[in-house]
Amino acid sequence: MRSRLGDSVIAGVTVAVVLLLAAMQGAAQAPAYRAPRTADGKPNLSGIWQALNTADWDLQGHAAAKGPVPSLGAAFAVPPGLGVVEGDVIPYLPAAAARKRENQANWTKLDPEVKCYLPGVPRATYLPHPFQIVQSPQNILISYEYAGAVRTINMGAPTKAPGDSWMGWSNGRWEGETLVVDVTSLMEDTWFDRAGNFHSDALHVVERYTPRSADTLNYEATIEDPKVFSRPWKISMPLYRRVEKDARLLEYRCVEFAEELLYGPLRKKSSN
Amino acid sequence: MSRRLLASTAALAAVAVVALLAQAPATGQSPSPATKATTVGKDWTPPRTPDGKPDLQGIWVDNTLTPFERPKSLGAKEFYTDQELADLTKRVRQGDQGELVEGAELGAANPQAVRYDLELYGFDRSKLRYTSKRTSLVVGPEGVVPPMLPQARERNAARAALLKGHEFDSHEQRSLSERCLLMNQERIPMTPAANEGNLLQIVQGPGYVSLLHETDHSTRVIPTDGRPHIPQNIRQWQGDSTGHWEGNTLVVDTTNFTDLTNYRGSSDKLHLVERFTRTADNTLIYRFTVEDPTTWAKPWTAEVPWTKTKGPVYEWACHEGNTMISTILRGARVQEEAAQKKGK
Repeated sequence: MRSRLGDSVIAGVTVAVVLLLAAMQGAAQAPAYRAPRTADGKPNLSGIWQALNTADWDLQGHAAAKGPVPSLGAAFAVPPGLGVVEGDVIPYLPAAAARKRENQANWTKLDPEVKCYLPGVPRATYLPHPFQIVQSPQNILISYEYAGAVRTINMGAPTKAPGDSWMGWSNGRWEGETLVVDVTSLMEDTWFDRAGNFHSDALHVVERYTPRSADTLNYEATIEDPKVFSRPWKISMPLYRRVEKDARLLEYRCVEFAEELLYGPLRKKSSN
Repeated sequence: MSRRLLASTAALAAVAVVALLAQAPATGQSPSPATKATTVGKDWTPPRTPDGKPDLQGIWVDNTLTPFERPKSLGAKEFYTDQELADLTKRVRQGDQGELVEGAELGAANPQAVRYDLELYGFDRSKLRYTSKRTSLVVGPEGVVPPMLPQARERNAARAALLKGHEFDSHEQRSLSERCLLMNQERIPMTPAANEGNLLQIVQGPGYVSLLHETDHSTRVIPTDGRPHIPQNIRQWQGDSTGHWEGNTLVVDTTNFTDLTNYRGSSDKLHLVERFTRTADNTLIYRFTVEDPTTWAKPWTAEVPWTKTKGPVYEWACHEGNTMISTILRGARVQEEAAQKKGK
């Protein structure tokens, strides 16, 4: 006997399947990797991360080259790298391009990294040192091993910086799987790398941290500075999780290592 | 189509639906809302972070009028009464603590009256307060740091002797504070400064508690899984901190200090245990025990209440702005040159 209920159930299930398949089709266009969530439902970026490239030497593609200290020979020469700049061009305004060349020619004297000065953003991300993300709903704190640099990213309603600083002022928000961080009020004294790439106090950086697998993030930074560059430009690179057991940041209080350079000339000369 | 075929299709589809749902990415636990604080009997229950730990987060300040060590005249008295505290606070706010008293009125008749506008220096007398009824931050019947052991006195005296006459030879002879290597106000254990200047920001993530101390942006990211310390041969200015939860209290154990860290004369055997307990929405009790058998005959403990405050925490970039040390050394070189010329 033909059952009305049976027919309805079959029809209902068929409709449901059609709708579900449509939804899955839509979902297939979403990012391939979906990170595990924190307990408050956000992509979990917690952990210790590190860049594995030569961006700190030179954001642009470069061949290997002699290092600055002859006595260190091959132990401290410039490693080669393909570069992390989209299009490999940094669009300097003409006057700024000249200053970049000057910086590069005198980098050991001028590079703030040599003096253990706070590295600013985005350089802090790709220094050859790990950093740690501590994620809470209201704030995301990033602690960098280099010079104990640190910044807190405000995840609530955006706030204004009380003033300029070396590490800038960070307001963050989620866009799907991506943490977007808007960084302003950066002081002009930091560099982007050891190749003399620099900026002014008009620098504005927008970072994007997107999980790409369980142990990697994709990091992008859009750099905008109308006093120095003719248009915004972008860098991107993977960041790798430090997966060893009990991985942790150690102290790199590098002030001690820069002191001889900075204050050596003021040392008392030994008499006779 | 035939009913049989339709039924089979539906059945197949139902199986497919179940299979697809099983493959769908896990949504994870449903987020547990941070629970509101409740009062359970006499104990205050703190709110929880999303991963279920006591929530210590916020921006905190610890300045207080309570002295570090107990004034001798108070003997074994560990706590003030409410009345005594009120009287003391009133006197301090009026400037009556053996300090110069502010001239009461403009154009005061007394030409000796000195007027300090303490607000200029970040001091606002109306904000001065006692944050606990303790007569000293160091707890116990003595209320003072135990006397130093003879071996510690000798050790520190030997160091001072080496330095004598060489205080300005180079940056290496200057204090860690002056060098912006380790400022006094960024050291652990954390103790109050005179003014409201040294904020502490706590941010908690899964498995970690981070403490950002404003002075020289000093940051500790402390694992809370009770892991062992780093190897003994690795020494750090602020040691190595590892933590775990005991009920609502975060317990942090720190060892591996360098032999130059020298907290109040201590050696590299320094061992610090800090306890953080939030006892009210705006109060965090910080209690620490200092132990160093090569410096003090017994461990000693102090307790400091932290109070919630508004930020922001400013960036403190000590080294980047340090002209002090080069000026001091240059001054010494100039003096020596002048002395030499005179001698000639």
